[in-house]
Amino acid sequence: MSLETLLLYFFSAAALLSGVLMLVARHPMRVAIALIGAMISLAGIYAILGVHVIAVFQVLIYVGAVMVFMVYVIMLLDVRDPSFLERYGRAVLPSVLLAGLLAVALAAAVGRGRSVTAGDLGTTQGESAGTLFNVQPFSAEFLGSYWLHFELTSVLLLAAVVAAIAVVKGGRRHDG
Amino acid sequence: MDRTQLLLTLSIALFAIGLLGVMIRRNALVMLMCMELMLNGVILSLVTFAERSAMLSGAVLVFLVFVVAAAEIAIAIPIVLLLARRRRTLDVGAWSELRG
Repeated sequence: MSLETLLLYFFSAAALLSGVLMLVARHPMRVAIALIGAMISLAGIYAILGVHVIAVFQVLIYVGAVMVFMVYVIMLLDVRDPSFLERYGRAVLPSVLLAGLLAVALAAAVGRGRSVTAGDLGTTQGESAGTLFNVQPFSAEFLGSYWLHFELTSVLLLAAVVAAIAVVKGGRRHDG
Repeated sequence: MDRTQLLLTLSIALFAIGLLGVMIRRNALVMLMCMELMLNGVILSLVTFAERSAMLSGAVLVFLVFVVAAAEIAIAIPIVLLLARRRRTLDVGAWSELRG
């Protein structure tokens, strides 16, 4: 077993463990830390796959922006909240059965499938996947072919900022 | 086990764990974080297929999904904070009388 495979198994196990910790942790801060662990493990998996750009963005955007935002919000909240003491709602057993059933059904479908390679899909790019996802080819393709989509995301982000301000302003007017 | 199958199984497991968290946890912020875990599981399968098929458009799509997820969180957290300020609690049971 090569080192790469070993690391892949290690990061997969770490991501799964963090996910389970998210379910059992009582305080939201611990849930947030576990989620950060899962995201960093996934970034490690992306780096092993050779998709370096996505690994970097996973850490920068998810851990650096989204989760830091989440942690700040948790610090703003009251620690004596009743939902901190009682973790679970009423329908625990049916939910576990439903989620387990979904996971088993999907995993059975994956186990039955035949693995597809780039040749099967008829992609014409001659480069191997090892260098294809490096920063330089990605950037050239991204800003060459997809610049319009990139600009449109800035419009989306602007709309999100305006919506967030509107939500906070509107809530304050009713609250007094 | 094949590497693709391992990663797809991990993606399924993360999605199921996140779904379970959304269904059973009471805290609104924890439910939000479990949704993030579901999204991360789905992104893992997207990256796996993009790497497998050696197409750059898959990586670009993942980047765009990241941006949309950041926008979604930027709106979802103020809504959760508003709910918490109205009822003085993050427990979603406090909103159980909502209909429709």
